[in-house]
Amino acid sequence: MKLAISIAGQTLDSPFDARFGRAASFCLVDTDSGAWTVHANPGLSASGGAGVQAAQFVAGLGAQAVVSGAYGPKAYDTLAAANIQRLLAPGDAACRAADILAAFQAGPLAEADGATHGGHHGG
Amino acid sequence: MRIVVASGKGGTGKTTVSTSLAQVATERDAVRFLDCDVEAPNAALFLHPVLDSQREVGIRVPRVDADACTYCGRCAEVCQFHAIAVVGQKTLVFDDLCHGCGSCAWMCPEQAISETLSVTGVIDSGTTPEGIAFAQGVMNVGQTMGVPILRELKKWTPARLPEAPGAPRRALEILDAPPGASCPVVETLRGADLVLLVTEPTPFGLHDLKQVVAIARELGIPAGVVINRDGIGDDAVGAWCAESGLPILLRIPMERRIAEAIAGGRTLVDAAPEYRPGFRDLLERLVAGVNP
Amino acid sequence: MKQLVILSGKGGTGKTSVTAAFAHLAAQGPFAGRVLLADADVDAANLELVLQPRRLDTQPFRGGQVAVIDEDRCLICGDCESACRFDAIVETDGRWVIDPIACDGCAACVYQCPTESIRMQEQRVGECRLSDSRYGPLHHAHLHPGQENSGKLVTQVRQRARQQALDEERRLVIVDGPPGIGCPVIAAVSGADLALLVTEPTVSGIHDLRRALGTVQHFGVPALVCINKADVYPKGARDIETFCEANGIAMVGSIPFDPSIASALVAGEAVTAYRPEAPASLALSALWERLVSVLVEPPTRQDDGFAEPITDNLNQPGTFQ
Repeated sequence: MKLAISIAGQTLDSPFDARFGRAASFCLVDTDSGAWTVHANPGLSASGGAGVQAAQFVAGLGAQAVVSGAYGPKAYDTLAAANIQRLLAPGDAACRAADILAAFQAGPLAEADGATHGGHHGG
Repeated sequence: MRIVVASGKGGTGKTTVSTSLAQVATERDAVRFLDCDVEAPNAALFLHPVLDSQREVGIRVPRVDADACTYCGRCAEVCQFHAIAVVGQKTLVFDDLCHGCGSCAWMCPEQAISETLSVTGVIDSGTTPEGIAFAQGVMNVGQTMGVPILRELKKWTPARLPEAPGAPRRALEILDAPPGASCPVVETLRGADLVLLVTEPTPFGLHDLKQVVAIARELGIPAGVVINRDGIGDDAVGAWCAESGLPILLRIPMERRIAEAIAGGRTLVDAAPEYRPGFRDLLERLVAGVNP
Repeated sequence: MKQLVILSGKGGTGKTSVTAAFAHLAAQGPFAGRVLLADADVDAANLELVLQPRRLDTQPFRGGQVAVIDEDRCLICGDCESACRFDAIVETDGRWVIDPIACDGCAACVYQCPTESIRMQEQRVGECRLSDSRYGPLHHAHLHPGQENSGKLVTQVRQRARQQALDEERRLVIVDGPPGIGCPVIAAVSGADLALLVTEPTVSGIHDLRRALGTVQHFGVPALVCINKADVYPKGARDIETFCEANGIAMVGSIPFDPSIASALVAGEAVTAYRPEAPASLALSALWERLVSVLVEPPTRQDDGFAEPITDNLNQPGTFQ
């Protein structure tokens, strides 16, 4: 399956970014083959609605699941509408996208059962 | 003639000045008063209008006809605020991100989008005991955008201005502005003939006064200054106004009995009638045109 | 790490003077050396006038976009003007021109223009600043006069402050909030651990306190109230106390009217440092002690310290019933 991980860099070795809407980029991994690509998050520069934009972007990439640390309410709803699984990274320790991938393959990650925070406001 | 009372810093006495100015003006002029501080409207607490009319206002937000929608994604593409998302076979609308521009509805190739009013506040209107035509915008708690309410408020016209015996009267509009120096203040100032800036003689008062003066200059609106609570702080405001060619039209000293009366909901000229001549003079200077 | 935000509803009740005093007092006691300050009133950023900090870093802040018409390609058809719901397209000397102040950045005109003569241009609307004050790092900002997006700038100031606090394991962020109840206030309060509402015993102060409390509770942040200039109108102060009691909101202090506050401002000092024995300073010190105890051991939501949301008649003018 295709898994998107919010990261702060350009490779699978880049640090994980716990924010979804304002993550620098997404690492899209094919969990079967291990092939990965990195895509800049267009929501990063949005003046409002970053989460919505990031969620649509991830849906457009064909991701079936996302791993992040925090989902705003609009990002959560948009991902849910797109039938994308919303997973939470284990713990909040600093780690790399590759560690997240390993954790995903080692066992089921917890699913976010709602927005993790009240959203940010701008505009 | 439209006069806006603004300040930059909050709590300098905008409402104190605007309500007294309106009460003095109504002796001779037909006065329309708009409380433009939609987040914290307070002028009614002093002018005691009978607010007998209320209208809901807001912005027009999109509603998608699911049967007609083909999920082409054009609406989400044109929306600058990410208020619409199209994912798979679903179109989501986030009302609180919407600015009500209408682009999604216009651009939808299937004409599947209609617009509906999302209420963000109300406009209350009525008349004060002195005969001032009064309206205020009140934003609902939890809302973020006051400017659309303000825009509607400025369009409000009373059914009729109270008739006065004798000579035809001048028509004056007095607008009480919100604090700050961002979009709601600009929207209040747009279309004004002049702006009266109420400040206090402290470093905060001066710093924030400069911000609003910059807006007034950019909009080309002549400005005059009222220094309230004169005597506290220092006179850096006076010195800066002199340097910048801003006329100081009135100074109101810090007096505890005035502060107490205003705290209890009386207007300045009601609590201290000796200020009436000063306000009359202020008004005439404003009408004659302040010279920047 | 805790975030304390100072709010009021009505402007000019003394938020910034109170914040400056807290910054001074927090530099001693359990939070000494672990405090960070943020000025979230970006329209009227006054905390730096009191703290007179040394600027360390300035980053441009880009807000939304505004439309720009390419005069050479424009056919002067006026389609853009009829599309614009913000009255931002005005006729000047027989041409259509965009008023960048009125432009909302929606791009409706861009889509309506038959000759593709309109494009969107990013605006630099202010800057984010980091300074070093005698009481700790200060994150603040400057919004160019008349610009929009102040909520986004507030969000950015708070995020930068929070990040630095986490990186340096600081224990307290004190946020000086804006007046009102709109976008910048919501940006200042969302996600905070505690809000202190500074009110004054005037009909306006009370009216706006209700609306501010409604906003704070709407976003699930526990609130405490203090009264500034409490002795100017004792009846008003009693009304506020009665209201707070009836709604289960803790009143944590009263500050008397004191000319020392204005003098301290002019001197560029927190009043508690400028005149520690002044009546306002003594009251602020007592108030701070109480806040520290709440911050160190916050009451839970079930405690009677925090109220059910006030929902009745928030939009009605008038004093408390």
